[in-house]
Amino acid sequence: MKYCKDFIVVENQTITSNLFILKLQYPETLPEIKAGQFVEILVEGNKDVFLRRPISIHDVDYKKNQISLLVQIVGKGTDKLSNIKEGDSLNLIFPLGNGFTIIGKKVLLVGGGCGAAPLLYLTRVLKEKNIKSDILVGCRDINHLFSKKEYESLSNLHIATEDGSCGIKGLVTTHKILEEEFDAIYCCGPTPMMKAISKIAKDKNIPCYVSLEHTMACGFGVCLCCVVETNKGNERTCTTGPIFLSSDLKDF
Amino acid sequence: MKNTDKRLEVRIKDMVLRNPVMTASGTFGYGYDFEDFINLDSLGGIVVKATTGGNREGNPYPRMAETNSGMLNAVGLQNKGVDYFCETIYNKIKDINTNKIVNVSGSSIEEYVEVAEKLNKLENIPGIELNISCPNVKQGGMAFGTDPKMAAEVVKAVRKVYNKTLIVKLSPNVTSIVEIAKAVEGEGADSLSMINTLLGMAVDAEKRKPLLSTITGGLSGPAVKPVALRCVWQVAKQCKIPIIGIGGIMDATDAIEFILVGATAIEVGTANFINPAITEEIVHGISEYLDRHNIKNISDIRGII
Repeated sequence: MKYCKDFIVVENQTITSNLFILKLQYPETLPEIKAGQFVEILVEGNKDVFLRRPISIHDVDYKKNQISLLVQIVGKGTDKLSNIKEGDSLNLIFPLGNGFTIIGKKVLLVGGGCGAAPLLYLTRVLKEKNIKSDILVGCRDINHLFSKKEYESLSNLHIATEDGSCGIKGLVTTHKILEEEFDAIYCCGPTPMMKAISKIAKDKNIPCYVSLEHTMACGFGVCLCCVVETNKGNERTCTTGPIFLSSDLKDF
Repeated sequence: MKNTDKRLEVRIKDMVLRNPVMTASGTFGYGYDFEDFINLDSLGGIVVKATTGGNREGNPYPRMAETNSGMLNAVGLQNKGVDYFCETIYNKIKDINTNKIVNVSGSSIEEYVEVAEKLNKLENIPGIELNISCPNVKQGGMAFGTDPKMAAEVVKAVRKVYNKTLIVKLSPNVTSIVEIAKAVEGEGADSLSMINTLLGMAVDAEKRKPLLSTITGGLSGPAVKPVALRCVWQVAKQCKIPIIGIGGIMDATDAIEFILVGATAIEVGTANFINPAITEEIVHGISEYLDRHNIKNISDIRGII
């Protein structure tokens, strides 16, 4: 079941000049949300922001009926959204997409930049299911690292920064945690990173689930604008995905 | 919340629509995608995704670009073909209690005829919308809709095999839409729906590249409404068959504007992406408009401009 409802902003937390976390209150009981699902936000009051913006769900708090979204400012829509204040309401279509397939007993999560957004809720779901997880987060520098405490409480956190200000210096692909044995890898971030991680998974002969980000007009399967080439032909990122087994994707 | 306002009932040939609000092809999937948001039985009709003779993968990504007050798309008629529609999708939609229209497209007259002939056999599909106006395919599509002779030929051929309500969807990318409309009416079309998208393009100045894989695409949304209103107004003055107005309808006021210039019904397109419950809201909004102006029947204001 999908819903089109108003949420109330309870917090707009600035992480960096182009990264912020919105904590949103749902006025009713939240329906079940799977890790890896996303919402479509209506950004009102701008003639040149015509369509909704798809944003992945960063975390879910069923006790408080709150969700949080990590947003990167990439254009007019997300820029406008960054100015939203506590108490404002936001219209969301949610929950959208397939979500991560949960498998294995010991898994690795790899996130790059703001692409790590859906992985926080995934660590929470994995912990509830008693699946041991390690999470490797890559970002530019220590200032771009978000939700560190939460990651640490739910998973084993490993960090790689470009300038070495936190964790190892370098790309996530050079981190030693990748040499360990896992049952599956969950990955979200820039496409070149996801391709490199999926190759590592392929060499280990384990499944790698990647979360894709494509421009979309609707987000719920009807516009057919967000397709990705799979081994079965063009599939919608919004409904067949956004989570795909990397071996099902043509370019991976 | 069901609207049973009898004042809204309209007819397109043999089809009775409980209200003039329909959905535009390619923006409403096969209807059931919207069941979480609206009561499909509350609509006058739904026009499902374009169906062609065989499977089509459509165009490569990126297929969409947002523009001021609108968007460009270059989907390219992605669908699994008419046999898949008849065998699989039809069973999922046949019991939806509204008029279910199938949008039909092809690369040749033979393909249009093949699809129409197969759909003619489906009991719960009361009509088809012949898409001679898709700007996003290399062969066929808009080529049929921009030449009066070719438009007449394809309608003539389909009319021979299709005996239910035949709607023809017109392209605005022509010098004279009236000329095309008259040619189509002359070959037995029961209704005209207009407009399909306007051919456009968008450029990323920073990357110095077009935003669509196909470079050009079809513009839709409020940006095209003035063009659509003009087209409906011009054709309504010259043709007798009912017109279904399409183009940037975002609310009930927009819908009323199309009716005032001569449309019998309307199709809501791009607005479905932004508010999936918009069609039902428009139905209620039209009722309120009639209340507010003390109008006894929607037909009383049709074409008064």
